[in-house]
Amino acid sequence: MAVVEKIGGAGAGATFVPCWSCKGPVASRALFCHTCGAVQAPGSTDHFTRLGMAPGFDLDDEKLEKQYLGFQRVLHPDRFAGKPAKERLIAESQAVALNEAYETLNDPLKRATYLLGLKGVNSEVTEEKTVNDPALLMEALEKREALAEAESADAIEDLMISAGTTAIQLLSDISLAFAADDLAAANRSVLRLKYLRKFLEEARLRRAALES
Amino acid sequence: MLLQIHEPGETPAPHELERSQAIGIDLGTTNSVVAMVSGDHPEVLRDGSGDGLVPSVVAYVYDEPIVGKQAQAELAHHPDLVISSIKRLMGRGAADVKKLAGALPYELAPAEEGKPGDKKFGGMVRLKVGDQILSPVEISADILKALKLRAEISLGHKVEKAVITVPAYFDDAARTATKDAARLAGLEVLRLVNEPTAAALAYGLDSAAEGIYAVYDLGGGTFDISLLKLQKGVFQVLATGGDAQLGGDDFDHALAEWAMRRTGITGLTSGEAKILLQAARAAKERLTTASGAELKATVAGHDVRQSIDRGTFEILIEPLLGRTLRACRQVLEDAKLTVSEVKGVVLVGGSTRVPLVRAFVADFFKQQPLADINPDEVVAVGAALQAKALTQGSETLLLDVIPLSLGVETMGGIVERVIERNTPIPVTKAQDFTTYQDSQTGMLIHVVQGERETVDACRSLGRLELTGIPPLVAGAARIRVTYAVDADGLLTVSAEEKTTGVKAEIAVKPSYGLTDDEMADMLRDSLTYAREDMEKRLLLESRVEAERVLLALNAALKADGALLSPQERAEIDRVAQIVKELVAGDDRVRIHAAMEDLDRATHDFAQKRMDRAIQMALRGQRLDEVEAGMATDGAQ
Ligand SMILES: [Zn+2]
Repeated sequence: MAVVEKIGGAGAGATFVPCWSCKGPVASRALFCHTCGAVQAPGSTDHFTRLGMAPGFDLDDEKLEKQYLGFQRVLHPDRFAGKPAKERLIAESQAVALNEAYETLNDPLKRATYLLGLKGVNSEVTEEKTVNDPALLMEALEKREALAEAESADAIEDLMISAGTTAIQLLSDISLAFAADDLAAANRSVLRLKYLRKFLEEARLRRAALES
Repeated sequence: MLLQIHEPGETPAPHELERSQAIGIDLGTTNSVVAMVSGDHPEVLRDGSGDGLVPSVVAYVYDEPIVGKQAQAELAHHPDLVISSIKRLMGRGAADVKKLAGALPYELAPAEEGKPGDKKFGGMVRLKVGDQILSPVEISADILKALKLRAEISLGHKVEKAVITVPAYFDDAARTATKDAARLAGLEVLRLVNEPTAAALAYGLDSAAEGIYAVYDLGGGTFDISLLKLQKGVFQVLATGGDAQLGGDDFDHALAEWAMRRTGITGLTSGEAKILLQAARAAKERLTTASGAELKATVAGHDVRQSIDRGTFEILIEPLLGRTLRACRQVLEDAKLTVSEVKGVVLVGGSTRVPLVRAFVADFFKQQPLADINPDEVVAVGAALQAKALTQGSETLLLDVIPLSLGVETMGGIVERVIERNTPIPVTKAQDFTTYQDSQTGMLIHVVQGERETVDACRSLGRLELTGIPPLVAGAARIRVTYAVDADGLLTVSAEEKTTGVKAEIAVKPSYGLTDDEMADMLRDSLTYAREDMEKRLLLESRVEAERVLLALNAALKADGALLSPQERAEIDRVAQIVKELVAGDDRVRIHAAMEDLDRATHDFAQKRMDRAIQMALRGQRLDEVEAGMATDGAQ
């Protein structure tokens, strides 16, 4: 049962490091030592490679989950019952790396931000970026005002539904922008989506406060 | 004893199996259960009359504490010396203790200035029991000792390892307190497993379920709701929520307060509060099957006799059930799921026997909940299964999440979240901070847990001080704060100033857990965890490590032994033989020394292996071609 498919494998760099356990050579991204079988430290690589996924914004959710679970199945510290503490710690660092990769790739917004970062575009939200995009600032202000004026849970629900619809549209814009390699457009939509997510979170809190 | 070296995957010899046998413990608010897997079947360990439930009640009447049914029987005669529902105080401060119409069902020890229990210090509450002052950790340890003993009697040999369950919604302080209690009881905790996750494990394995399941766990003092995805042996928690201060105990409180209102009784002593609560519990239990019950007790010079019908009881508890449903709604929202995607709902915890609870759950999830495994025992069964998985291996895997967000205090008492709730564990996250004053050389990092935006509304877990920051202008220092949550859900925080490498680290426990000094004192006092035990553990760990080194060397010799001359080989074999012989003995220091010798003796061999790999790479034979296959094989 080949649960996990590894793209790029141990890499084209042909670099190797000594195995921590038997000290023999191991390819730098191998999960296990081919000589003694000991699990190896995660090493640094991008999240796509770590989970054996082709880098890109559009990805198969089901496959991503399958890859993640497949790697956890062999690398999670619970799989190292009765092994020395050192080996379990290394497995734990593998599980941490897998969780980080999965958490990033599984959420389209985090995935887009991360992908932009890989391509050298910093899409962190900063003050000046907002000011540089008056349309975005305007939209954020209007939404916030509407939320402040909403007096019932139902009114907030309506605002949330409309924001949710915009969010879905933005995801498809981001996908198209990445497909066309238009990073500036992708970045604009990512920023808008970040504001929208924040707005949705605030709306949820307000709704909860109104309900209780 | 000769050490047996077995290949990875081979079954260990029988005596090793015995040594590694571990139990599963559900340490509950009202009742506790111990179970273990013998052969392939999990089994709840029962008393002579076939009862698997051990009431989580401890009586300090005689020199030795009594636990369980006998302790319960002491309540009428010595209410001051009998402690129940101690779980609700694990990792808690005095302000968290629930009162019954102003009366505490415990007598709190007066706080001493500067000591845990003192309000300024924070710290866990302490109880005054007769002339003793006891912490919830010590009382829980007494329950755990009783459960351990039950297992040892049933198995006929010592038990040293356990998986212990905790409410999913337990915060870091309560988890740490639970682990401390186990240490005091002489148990090594293999893993703290969340109760709903353990229940899902027991349930899922039993029914080969696949898909998304909700576990609604209403125990004596805590409520958890978890959503899990079950597929091909992986139990993945998608989201968890709940209320660590809501359970069947609160039903008892509601009933007792109702009875007090009806009779006009006020001003109970803590012993009377306990008696009235016990009477309320008995009435509640009768109302599970009967349509009416009578609450009877003698307190404050009054004979309380109140008839109550089920309808009235349901009106009393309805607001509490409403709170559980709010948590259910939140957890679905967190997991981005709707009710229609939930394939089944599993009921866990004694309080789910209350008919109105079942009706509420069925109505909310639009389906009849499942309760085919005894809801009182299912958690312990899951713990036992996980105990087996962590000692003897298993095909199943639990992937859990952190229940409450972890953050750090920033300017103005605002919480900056570092790890969001429902993040899969283990997890490590770092965040950079800087100084806000010129020449600032120290920084206090205040670690908090909770969902609210202000520090006051969250739980304080501890404070970490980083000193020795070079005096720079404000904003120039780069301080990286790292939060690491392990697979038990326990947090360690470390801080490092990046330009100088100055470091500080804490396992987060001080403000609500026990201090290290206190723990050390208690361990000294405790007969079950004497120094010899500590030595034994270290020796075992050294043996396991030596065994690992010998196995790795064997593998290396098998693969690359040809690189060695006969003399070199003989020398390595000689030193390895010494390690092998020492491992069979019990001198930890000599084992270590021999391992260092072996390390030196194999140094050139390791160098040769690396050199050959470099030469092969230069000739165009790529090592990674071989190992890429290996990596993929491994991940099957
Ligand atoms: Zn190796």
